[in-house]
Amino acid sequence: MVVWCPDWSVVAALDEADRSPRAAAAVLSANAVEVCNGPAWSEGVRRGQRRRDAQARCPELLLLPANPDRDARAFEPVLATVEDLRPGVAALRPGLLAVRAPGSWYGTEPAAAATVCQALVEVGVWDVRVGIADDLFTAEQAARTADVQAWTVVPEGGSASFLSGLPVHVLQDDGPRGRELVSLLQRLGLRTLGDLADLPGEAVEHRLGAYGAAVRRRARGEDTALFAARTPPPELDADAVFEPPLDSVEAITFSVRTTAERFVAQLAHHQLVATGVRVEAESEGVVCSSRTWLHPRHFGARDLVDRVHWQLQGADVGGSLRGRKASGEVRAPIDRIRFVPEVVEPAAAHGEALWGSASDDLVERGVARVQGMVGFEAVLRPALQGGRTPSARQSLVPWGERAVDLRPVDRPWPGRVPGPAPVRVFATPPVAEVVDDAGREVCVTDRGVVSGVPRRFRVGDGMLPWQPVTAWAGPWPTDEGWWSGGTGPSARFQVVGADGRAWLLVRAPEGWSLEAGYD
Amino acid sequence: MSSSRSAVALDPGRPVVEQLRERMAAMERKPAAQPVPTLPGLVDLVPLHAGSTYAVDSASLALALAAGASRAGEWVGFAGCPDFGVEAAAELGIELSRTVLVPDPGEHWLEVTAALVDVLRVVVLRPPASVDERTAGVLDSRLRTRSAVLVVHGDWPRVEARVSVEQSTWSGPGSGTGRLLERRARVVVRRGARPPQRADLTWPGAQRVDRPLAEIRAASG
Repeated sequence: MVVWCPDWSVVAALDEADRSPRAAAAVLSANAVEVCNGPAWSEGVRRGQRRRDAQARCPELLLLPANPDRDARAFEPVLATVEDLRPGVAALRPGLLAVRAPGSWYGTEPAAAATVCQALVEVGVWDVRVGIADDLFTAEQAARTADVQAWTVVPEGGSASFLSGLPVHVLQDDGPRGRELVSLLQRLGLRTLGDLADLPGEAVEHRLGAYGAAVRRRARGEDTALFAARTPPPELDADAVFEPPLDSVEAITFSVRTTAERFVAQLAHHQLVATGVRVEAESEGVVCSSRTWLHPRHFGARDLVDRVHWQLQGADVGGSLRGRKASGEVRAPIDRIRFVPEVVEPAAAHGEALWGSASDDLVERGVARVQGMVGFEAVLRPALQGGRTPSARQSLVPWGERAVDLRPVDRPWPGRVPGPAPVRVFATPPVAEVVDDAGREVCVTDRGVVSGVPRRFRVGDGMLPWQPVTAWAGPWPTDEGWWSGGTGPSARFQVVGADGRAWLLVRAPEGWSLEAGYD
Repeated sequence: MSSSRSAVALDPGRPVVEQLRERMAAMERKPAAQPVPTLPGLVDLVPLHAGSTYAVDSASLALALAAGASRAGEWVGFAGCPDFGVEAAAELGIELSRTVLVPDPGEHWLEVTAALVDVLRVVVLRPPASVDERTAGVLDSRLRTRSAVLVVHGDWPRVEARVSVEQSTWSGPGSGTGRLLERRARVVVRRGARPPQRADLTWPGAQRVDRPLAEIRAASG
């Protein structure tokens, strides 16, 4: 039995984007349509079309990026649902699964197909088609001929006669090899699989090679390829139930310790470690706090307990400063804490050095203590990233989290200010003033022309009083994000003051500000 | 680098007994005077000693003092520096994966600094308020037991040495031309009642410039 969910990547992408499954949508890869759904097809969108052509056919077409991981992830619940009915499911690819037909248990084969369809519709998969046949290829083709939420049953021994009527272009789904063969067969005048099956086997192998011979065998229903059923993934979640519910952070973190240890031990049993864990706290059966934590190395039991502490405390206390006494009560009594591993990696990739890393552990513990005093997000780890402005070229990640979505450093970044990197980079640039000889504010035109020679400058809030400019360089104009309503054109100047200290001043549409200092 | 005291493994290049004695001395809370790795340009000007406090008046000097230890594999931390320039730190050789930032410790700055001193080798602190003798004393004793170094960007009551930039010039920019290329700074080190010591450094890299050369240039320029 083969279960087919057509256009699965579109279904998965629409689901992820929270859009209606009836919207016309297409998944693009390398700027060409890879998969489109029914509504888009009826507007004239075809596979392999370029993005512009597809948009011209159907202006309201929703374009979604291709992401095989997402497709596979979204298919997981479907596999689990079918697995509940009949173990031994094989995922052929996202959107297509095979399972041995649940024989006499459901009475007849159509009854089994109906049960599977019903179960899948109940979990929210509307477009599902089932094919039942002797071999895998025939069953897949049978599923493709079925209607929505319906099935096609090929009787035992009837594979060859079922396949012989099918046109050769069903082989297109085999990838480039299949498309090449389809084109060749059509030029040879072979229109259906039956035509190919009728040819002598030796001649087909000589002319079309091993792949052609395999296709002929499949077309004759002689292919008895079996599939490897998957082993259901182990359940790695762990939860701690509190009876009665606890309402103090301290008590919860104390009680959650054994669960955290069990969670880590359970992963270690599978030779795994978690590098990303979601911590969920439930109150009266409702998840009241859920957050994913990433660890730069991997989670130990103590790290998990710390995360629970920060999460519950963070949800409760607002300010950035928390005294040790402030870690009081949580908003609602918590009756369940749940650890869900989001990213697991083989333990071998995270093995400790032979001589251990004792001093690093010590630092981790010390830093965790500081986080306990000033809050999780007040302790940071610096990282470099690409960008044009000094503040865009750095990223500060909370300690204990992993830096994600960093821009690559090794790109040219045209328009960035050359020279040594500034030592002080102001997170909120203070307002500055720069004037020329006549005391007028220096401006930069859209074409990057400076209105006058900068003579004096000062930085607001008494940070730097008026002082003469002894040397200056620039401007380095940039206009970032203009396509999405960016900040407008700005120009940067390196300015050396009277005391020999250099500053990076930026002229934006709203005025001058001090962005960085070469102090 | 061979003189650095490692917390984990013994250095095979030196006699084991000597290293063990050093560790014993540290445990017995004697005034620890083990050297802490310093940048080559600064090593004969401001050699850092574990358990001491140094005051600086510029962010680049603070970075340069921390860079030596970080290059040698030690952990460093910056407390109260919301304008930390990550790229400049990386250029100077600070290993970012062994750097801890607490940009805004707020009113808990003293506790935070003490906790950082416990586990890090060099801690750079920009105190938010003026510091009295007693507060400094608390940190001093913690520094000695943990054999860490505190670099204060600002005022501090009692310091081993006070390093400041006396005079600085940038080469590169003209009047709307060029770009910043190199900074040359005259650095003064004041230790107690001793006469101040001066030296010329260049940035980027915090390298030492030979004095005579600088004087020749100054005379000719």
